[in-house]
Amino acid sequence: MQSESLDLDRVRADFPILRRRVNGKRLVYLDNAATSQKPKQVIESLNEFYSNYNANVHRSAHRLGEEATEAYELAREKVARFVGSPTEQVVFTRGTTESINLVRFAWGERFVRRGDTVVTTLMEHHSNIVPWQLLARRKGASLKFVGLEPGGTLDVGSLERLLKEAPSLVAVTQCSNVLGTVNDVAKLCAISRKAGAATVVDAAQSVPHMPVDFSQIGCDFLAFSGHKMLGPTGIGALVARKELLEEMDPFHGGGEMIREVFPDHSTWNDVPFKFEAGTANIADAVGLGAAVDYLRSLGMDAVREHEVGLLRYAVESLSRVKGLRMYGPANPERRGGVLAFNLADIHAHDLSTILDEDGIAIRAGHHCAQPLMEWLGVAATARASFYIYNSNDDVDALVAGLEKARRIFKV
Amino acid sequence: MSAADIYKELILDYYRNPRNFGKLERFDISAHDTNPLCGDEVDMQVRVGDGNRIEEIKFSGKGCAISQASASMLTELAKGKELGWVKTLSKDDVFKMLGNPELGPSRIKCALLGMKVLKMGVYGYLGAKQENPED
Repeated sequence: MQSESLDLDRVRADFPILRRRVNGKRLVYLDNAATSQKPKQVIESLNEFYSNYNANVHRSAHRLGEEATEAYELAREKVARFVGSPTEQVVFTRGTTESINLVRFAWGERFVRRGDTVVTTLMEHHSNIVPWQLLARRKGASLKFVGLEPGGTLDVGSLERLLKEAPSLVAVTQCSNVLGTVNDVAKLCAISRKAGAATVVDAAQSVPHMPVDFSQIGCDFLAFSGHKMLGPTGIGALVARKELLEEMDPFHGGGEMIREVFPDHSTWNDVPFKFEAGTANIADAVGLGAAVDYLRSLGMDAVREHEVGLLRYAVESLSRVKGLRMYGPANPERRGGVLAFNLADIHAHDLSTILDEDGIAIRAGHHCAQPLMEWLGVAATARASFYIYNSNDDVDALVAGLEKARRIFKV
Repeated sequence: MSAADIYKELILDYYRNPRNFGKLERFDISAHDTNPLCGDEVDMQVRVGDGNRIEEIKFSGKGCAISQASASMLTELAKGKELGWVKTLSKDDVFKMLGNPELGPSRIKCALLGMKVLKMGVYGYLGAKQENPED
C-alpha cells in the first residue's frame, strides 16, 4: 500500500530528471541514500538567486546585498524550524562530513584530553568514524565502538559499559545508511549526557526522511546534508547547543567569522557566524531553504509513511527472489528506507551493472561503512534506497532486474 | 552490448572456478592493491625462474566477477613469460583477454586491477620506475 497522503503523480511531476531515460529505459532511481534528486522548485530557486539578487551577504550595504542576506538568513530560519532548533544554533557547512569535522576541530581540540575515551558505533558511516580516529590519535585518547545485536540494532548494553569510562564524547547515527536501523537517539543521548559525554548525532539519513527534532533528541550536535534532502550539493548544517558554540574555538579563520582583527589577535563574531568563515555558499543555502519548503509542504509524517509503505512492499517482494539475503532489522517501522542485500554469489557491482542496463540505479560496495561490512562478514552489498518519488513500480522493476541477474549468472 | 554479453560463460567460469587461486609458499614477488571505490582486492605472487621467467604465479582476492576473472585469466597468460612481457602489457591486452566486453568507466578499473597489481610487483622487483600502472 502506498500512502494516501502523498500524491505520488504530483511529486514525480516536480522532478525533471525522472523524465530522462537511461539505456532507453525509464529511470528507476534507487540510490537516494547517496544523494537525492532535486525538484524544479529547488532548481528554480538557484536560477532565481543568480538571475535576480546574487551578492555577498552580511557586508554589502546595497540593495542586492540586502536581498541576498535576507534570503540566506531566511534559509537558516527555515532549516532551524525544520529540525526544531533556535535559528542561531544552525551553522551552515558543506554537509554532514564538514559538520562532524567542525565538531572534531572546534570542540574536540579544546575539550578532549590525553587518556580520554571517545565512543562511536560499529554501524557508522566513515564520516562519523574517521574524524574521531584522527582526534583520538592527535590527543592520545582512545576510540571505542558500541557493538551491534545480531539483528542489526545497537547493543545498548555495550554503550552502557563504555559510559562507565566517562567518555568525553559519544557519536552515533540516527539512521544507518546500510542496515536502515533507526536508533533511539533521544535515549542514547540522555544516558550519554548523564555520564558526562557530549553527544553528536549523524542525521544525514534521518532528517531527509522522517520528522527530526533537535530539542527532543537532546543531543549537543546534530549533523546533516542538504543534497540528501532535495537540496543542492555543497550545503548542509551543524545544529548545536548555543552554550557549546560559544565556548568552542572557531573552525576556520578568515572574513565574516571575526568581530575585530588586530595584528596580534582577533575577537570572534557571534554564533553561528563565528563558524562561517569566508563567503558562504549563499545560493545553495537558499536552495536548501527551498528544499525544506518542499518537504514541509508534503509533511514529514507523510514522507515517512510513504517510505515505510515502500519498504514493506520491497521487503515482501525481494524475499521472493531466490537466493536473496537482506540485512538489517526486519520491522519496516523500525528502519529507514534503505535496503541492503546480496543475491547468491553475484557480487554487488555485477548486480549494479546488470540493473543499470535497465535504467535502475542502486549503490554497490561498502557504502563508506567498512567496519559494518566486516561485522556483516561481507565485502560489499547492493543497496536500494527510497525517497518520496519512488513507487511500487520501481520496486517491481528492481525485482525484475534481479531475476534477470539470476538468469545471466545462472543461479 | 548487453549485460548478458559482458557476463559470458568465460567470465562466469573464471569467477566461480578461478585458476591459479591461492598463495605460493616460495615467491620472489608479492603485490597487493584494492580498488577503493568498490573494495575489490587482488594479491599476486610470482616465483621467478631462469631467464627472469614467471615460473609460478598465483592470485587471491575478493571482488566482482570482472576483477576476479580478469586476475585469474591474467595469471594463466603470464605463466612462463619473461618479466619484461609484463611491462609491455596494455589495457587493450586485458580487454581482449576478457573478450572485449563493453565496460563503463567504473567497471574498467575492476577489469584492470589484476594487471595493475602484477605490474606493481614486477616493476618493484626489476627496480624499474613505473610511469602509470594502469597503462
